[in-house]
Amino acid sequence: MSASTHTASHTSGEVNYINEFKGLKSWFTSLDHKRIGLLYMISVLFFFLVGGLFALLIRLELFKPGAQYLTPDQYNQVMTYHGAIMVFMVIVPGIPAILGNFFLPLQIGAKDVAFPRLNLTSWYVFMLGAIIAICTLFLGKIDTGWTFYTPYSIKTGTAATMMVVAAFVMGMSSILTGLNFIVTVHKLRAPGMTMFRIPLFIWAIYSTAVLQILATPVLGITLLLLAMERTFGVGIFDPNLGGDPVLFQHFFWFYSHPAVYIMILPAMGVVSELIAAFSRKTIFGYTAIAFSSIGIAAVSFFVWGHHMFVSGQSEVAGIVFSFLTMLVGVPTAIKMFNWLSTLYRGNISFESPMLFALGFLFLFAIGGVTGIMLATIATDVHFHDTYFVVAHFHYVMVGGTLMALMGGLYYWFPKMFGKMYNETLARLTFVLIFIGFNVTFFPQFILGAMGMPRRYFDYIPAYQSLNSISTIGSWLIGCGFLLSLYVIVTALRSGEKASDNPWGAKTLEWQTSSPPPHTNFHVEPVVTAGPYEYK
Amino acid sequence: MFWMQYAFASKFMPTAATDQASQVNNLYSFLLISSFIACVILIGGMIYFAYKYKRQSLTAKSAYITHNTFLEFLWSFIPLVIFLVVFGWGWHIYHQMRQFPKDALEVHVTGKQWAWEATYKSGVRTANLVKVPIDTDVKIILASNDVIHSFYVPSFRIKQDAVPGRYTAVWFNANKLGDFHIFCTEYCGTQHSGMIGKLQVVSREEYDKWLEEEAKFSTLPIAQKGEKLFQIKACSGCHSVADASVKVGPSLFKKFGAKEELTSGDSTGVDENYLRESILNPNAKIVKGFASGVMPSFQGQLSEDELSAIIEYIKSAK
Ligand code: HEC
Ligand SMILES: [Cu+2]
Ligand SMILES: [Cu+2]
Repeated sequence: MSASTHTASHTSGEVNYINEFKGLKSWFTSLDHKRIGLLYMISVLFFFLVGGLFALLIRLELFKPGAQYLTPDQYNQVMTYHGAIMVFMVIVPGIPAILGNFFLPLQIGAKDVAFPRLNLTSWYVFMLGAIIAICTLFLGKIDTGWTFYTPYSIKTGTAATMMVVAAFVMGMSSILTGLNFIVTVHKLRAPGMTMFRIPLFIWAIYSTAVLQILATPVLGITLLLLAMERTFGVGIFDPNLGGDPVLFQHFFWFYSHPAVYIMILPAMGVVSELIAAFSRKTIFGYTAIAFSSIGIAAVSFFVWGHHMFVSGQSEVAGIVFSFLTMLVGVPTAIKMFNWLSTLYRGNISFESPMLFALGFLFLFAIGGVTGIMLATIATDVHFHDTYFVVAHFHYVMVGGTLMALMGGLYYWFPKMFGKMYNETLARLTFVLIFIGFNVTFFPQFILGAMGMPRRYFDYIPAYQSLNSISTIGSWLIGCGFLLSLYVIVTALRSGEKASDNPWGAKTLEWQTSSPPPHTNFHVEPVVTAGPYEYK
Repeated sequence: MFWMQYAFASKFMPTAATDQASQVNNLYSFLLISSFIACVILIGGMIYFAYKYKRQSLTAKSAYITHNTFLEFLWSFIPLVIFLVVFGWGWHIYHQMRQFPKDALEVHVTGKQWAWEATYKSGVRTANLVKVPIDTDVKIILASNDVIHSFYVPSFRIKQDAVPGRYTAVWFNANKLGDFHIFCTEYCGTQHSGMIGKLQVVSREEYDKWLEEEAKFSTLPIAQKGEKLFQIKACSGCHSVADASVKVGPSLFKKFGAKEELTSGDSTGVDENYLRESILNPNAKIVKGFASGVMPSFQGQLSEDELSAIIEYIKSAK
């Protein structure tokens, strides 16, 4: 971005947001959005490790048919924790809370978010929820699946009430963050930073924030009703008391479908940044991408019923939901083609962040087309609640969101910490994760087509070989993430000093020093052009 | 549509045993082929561009293209058309699935943790077995005793949740003889993955004969019912009841009320609950002189009625 920001030569002794204040207390009471971003980073990555271990356990158990290491009840708990942790504690907060917190103010040339205190509060609220969730591990566990479907979740003897409260509390945190981001984007843009000069990452975070504040309250109420149902037997969902268990599904998916976009839109934003930066080319169709984010956010409120084609909902409802779901496919396709055209006649290099971005395109293409197969109502009747769905949403959530998160972390790492990591090893992590991912999840499409239901502790022998392949793939993914942990830790301890703009990117955050000072910019930036002016 | 047979789609799917299943296969094949083409364009294009426009030097100029209205129109419009086609096609098939034929053979199926119980019009009841005649419209009326289950027959490409507190239904018309799996696809607790039933498609004659025998059978005195079940469930291969001869397992002759020595060194009295446990969970207590793990568990394979009948039969052997 050709901004009139000054970037003087910085010496290593310079004051920045990391070394300006010292001591643990200065971290836990910091109102600096960058430090709060790091707090989120440490907590979310830790939860990711926990959720990942549960995932490995699932795959280990499914290596062969029959009981291997777990009892059926233990398996159901492991499967529930994997889902709940990954959704509520990793993928939903992931990109917005870590990268959004850190780079939203930087990319729009602001000193901080609009409400710094609220920002710190949301981290504490998030941690409170997370701790309650972790406590259930020691106080009865849960086995409902992350979807908490009634009436099973009303009847089960496990600590479901507590887990529901935890998800409720984490939802609060998500609402607070969303609110903060929306106000920040509207109020704190630097002079000259018009809405159509903000980077696409900001558009994505902004659309996500809108979804967060509109959809999450519905989840909150639903979960609260479920908790009341369990403790007082109010009879909203329990058929024995005249309630309707399917109503819960409507409520739940009214949040959780938009939540799918809460998880994927930020990833799309990151990928737009990466592709522009590493192709050294202006993004193709800036407005189309920006508006398709908004479009997706809007339509996503009206497609929840596609999770319920076989739940007993009426034929008309099924058809309308199938139709609307097809419509969400269009803006998604538009984005894919825009990224592709950005590569056209670019000047492309393949550093690790770009590898993750290209990996995203690859996996998201597969996740997208299989999404259409699921939106098609007749095929969905066969695929619904089989491993086909499991494979599909892992292609979108892991292949999409996690690939983007990894790419984003590698891309902005030099800015966040002022250090460089070992590029060769970073590329190796990509290779391991990418190959491992496909080995793990591609066979699951076939398993689903063959009819293997999801949430299965045991399966018929016909499904064995594909399950074994899938398990082997999960070890590759595990190695990949362990290696990235190593790459990050060694870079933090002994990485070379990074320059202010190692990738030659044009967005504002690269105009300040690495790491940035407490107030982000040495001189308030004035913006005179769009975010991707590679001329 | 011979070209569809070439698509590998149906190869990975279980045999299509209804006409509707074949229609779903055709649609799926179309989806697979168009998805494959879309992926070749997207992923192939990405790889091609990445290779062609690889960075030669940092300062090399990249093109400055902000948008292209015609292209953007094309790649919004073409996907939209394809999406609408598959939507309509899917609707067409789904409409047939939801259009219940008149005069269908009706079977009530109830999901419960963790078995499928079927009840026929004549009063015949089965556990984890739905037997139907070939080339006949069959309507399954679903209910649930406890939590939500989902009745799924992969070979028929049909699935419907069984929801407590209301009825739901599916129908099919099988055109192939054979045994097909019934899976539960809605998570329902501990034995969710063990809730597997058998959907057996037989000829009309065989079906009528079976139904008649079952009906007769259901009016038998309970101990005689147990005797029949003892044969059907193959208990008789391992246990004798008429005399004390030992087969694979201990004889059950004069067993009820006796004392049983266990490998654990304890002994236990044989009552109804001991028999129940020995059948449902045979490895809980092992009879002295026999190995653990030989007798399979019959958990989920016997209905409550059947279990009582077998126990009455064992009690009658004195
Ligand atoms: C593969 C052979 C096999 C089959 C089939 C089998 N059993 Fe057994 N059964 C055994 C063996 C071996 C034992 C002794 C070990 C033990 O206690 O588990 C046994 C034990 C028993 C006992 C406890 C006997 C005692 O002396 O205390 C009962 C009751 C019993 N079986 C009933 C049945 C019934 C009813 C069926 C059919 C539904 C059946 N079994 C099918 C092998 C079999
Ligand atoms: Cu959805
Ligand atoms: Cu089930």
